[in-house]
Amino acid sequence: MALFQISEPGETTSIDAQGKQLAAGIDLGTTNSLVATVRATSIHEGDGDNRRAETLADETGESLLPSVVRYCENGKIEVGKIAKNVQLDDINNTISSAKRLLGRAVGDIKTLGGSLPYNFSDADSNVPKIQTIAGNVTAIEVSAEILKTLKNRAEDSLGGPLKGVVITVPAYFDEAQRQATKDAARLADLNVFRLLNEPTAAAVAYGLDQKNELDERIIAVYDLGGGTFDISILKLNKGVFEVMATGGDSALGGDDFDHAIATWILQESDSDLTHHAMSEARRVKEALTNKDNVNVSLESWQSTLSRAQFDKLVASLVKKTLLACRRALRDAGLSKEQVHDVVMVGGSTRMPVIREQVAVFFDKPPLVDIDPDKVVAIGAALQADVLAGNKPDEEMLLLDVIPLSLGLETYGGLVEKVISRNTTIPIARAQEFTTFKDNQTAMTIHILQGERETVEENRSLAKFALKGIPPMVAGAARIKVTFQVDADGLLNVEAEEETTGIKSNIAVKPSYGLTDTEIEGMIRDSMDNAKADMEARRLREQLVEADRTLEALDSAMKTDADKMLNEDEVTLLLEARSKLHDIKENSQDSVEVKLATKHMEKVAEFYVARRMNDNVKTAMQGQSVSDFADTDN
Amino acid sequence: MAITFTDAAAERVSAFLADRGKGVGLRLATKTYGCSGMAYVVEFADEIEETDTVFEDHGLKIIIDPKSLVYLDGTEMDYTKEGLNEGFKFNNPNESGECGCGESFTV
Repeated sequence: MALFQISEPGETTSIDAQGKQLAAGIDLGTTNSLVATVRATSIHEGDGDNRRAETLADETGESLLPSVVRYCENGKIEVGKIAKNVQLDDINNTISSAKRLLGRAVGDIKTLGGSLPYNFSDADSNVPKIQTIAGNVTAIEVSAEILKTLKNRAEDSLGGPLKGVVITVPAYFDEAQRQATKDAARLADLNVFRLLNEPTAAAVAYGLDQKNELDERIIAVYDLGGGTFDISILKLNKGVFEVMATGGDSALGGDDFDHAIATWILQESDSDLTHHAMSEARRVKEALTNKDNVNVSLESWQSTLSRAQFDKLVASLVKKTLLACRRALRDAGLSKEQVHDVVMVGGSTRMPVIREQVAVFFDKPPLVDIDPDKVVAIGAALQADVLAGNKPDEEMLLLDVIPLSLGLETYGGLVEKVISRNTTIPIARAQEFTTFKDNQTAMTIHILQGERETVEENRSLAKFALKGIPPMVAGAARIKVTFQVDADGLLNVEAEEETTGIKSNIAVKPSYGLTDTEIEGMIRDSMDNAKADMEARRLREQLVEADRTLEALDSAMKTDADKMLNEDEVTLLLEARSKLHDIKENSQDSVEVKLATKHMEKVAEFYVARRMNDNVKTAMQGQSVSDFADTDN
Repeated sequence: MAITFTDAAAERVSAFLADRGKGVGLRLATKTYGCSGMAYVVEFADEIEETDTVFEDHGLKIIIDPKSLVYLDGTEMDYTKEGLNEGFKFNNPNESGECGCGESFTV
């Protein structure tokens, strides 16, 4: 039976409903943010798809919302251009680039450098708080203000409440940063269908996920924004996007290109009007996009800058981005020729020199038809439209996969994988485990991430205990462990003892993010060490087997050695026991441990047989043969 | 017969109505849809039509149109959590089978 949610009157989700669900895609950027939605248009483009994504503009016709929030003394909060315009005059209360702080701990902020002009509160909290005239605020709250503004813009323009949104995040965002983004959305009272990686959104905007002529598609997304550069290598396989590698430079963007021109202006004009030179540089750079020569002036000084000169000035910056591309490709284990599509994102990719050089590097023209400032928001809007149920079923739903296997520790330090890597999410998978010792009443569930066979080689995510297991013989308890990963990659693990229904669970704290490079490294490790891992697993398994044999012998001898064994026999058994024990403690060879275990079992065979006979005798005492005959019928 | 809420469902409906800030109650309906014939509709109600039947349970109004009533009479609404999902569930005595996806049912 499906579970139902309450809908607004007349808005019940259904394929044949007249009205479509209102959904939007939000590009929550470091410098600028945008909101886009899919609307029915009368203009048909291409193959009869009459629903198109477009960004929504504010009342002045501007789509880009500067990601700047100002907290005023009277409690008023200003967002966007109005805040950005007064930023320099009210630097302590005007927060920009809050995205850089999302999901970061106080300790991280220090390593980000003293470049941030804010006063951080010393309050006893793990989340950095910025002191403003209106009180302390966190990056989450600042981001929520930006989201609220975009939400209002969308609802005003669409004429109704949003059913849900897709918010984009950088591919390298870890779980803490993703969780913080979701928290911000919750504060803004937005229902998040899901978070989507920015490069994936850009690929979706170009419809690359709908192209089925290839089984596997490699897409490079080149994202040069105002202050950051990101390169992502994606693999698209049967509608599933996988991030293969990311790279870039968090301190390289369009501003550096302005700076290069400004430096030239200052040199040529022999002036020191830095501020004016910067704004003139920006104008010149933008003008050069469509012209070959642009007049430059600074006070009385005048000159012209040709595109060829400009290209030379910024050559080293362009080269830096291409080096990052080369590195990302190497991390992904791919060559340039294997890339099918190159997608351009970010306003700075409008520069002809960037387009030319990227085309030369990848040996194919990059995709540039969609406004590079809007492409991510548009992809998010398309995805939101699908998730809101506005698309016919046959259209593929974009799925994400978990990058590394998730599993738990079993006896002997081995890892049992419960969900294997590349499984599409959301997913829930359960596995049954049991106790190792008689009367074991508690069990530690140790959750691990990675591809290796032993606990030490994997990444520990969390640990919790299931207590109150009723005393039973080893192997009788049935403990069901369920792993659930929701659509945003957050993990929840539950353990349940099935005979009593005792439960315990844990949500994996989101502070365990891994960068894609680390993930790649871990996967490669598991391949390089496959053989060693297999031997390690074998050894551990044999050690567990040896332990079990010793355990069984000890427990048997404790019960009835005095009744069933004579002195010589006890000595014999104890000798064999200590031999196996020694080997178990010192051996690194699974075969040796196995042989020793077998030997021990052989020595003890007579004792086992004797005990068994005795047990049967006890069971049959006082019963006649006919009783057994009866039960047989 | 009547339509009723479990405590959990009543609590959620009250909370959702309070959140929304308006509405006279909850409208339940059925419509033809899906692979098994009928589908449930759960909506906030802002108006009560003349032909509607109104049930009261846990102090909440449950509003049902006459066509749907025959399929829904005796239904208990529950609110549960199943795995990653949570939402309302129909315990409908009239239901004789549902389709694999659970979206639709037959009577």
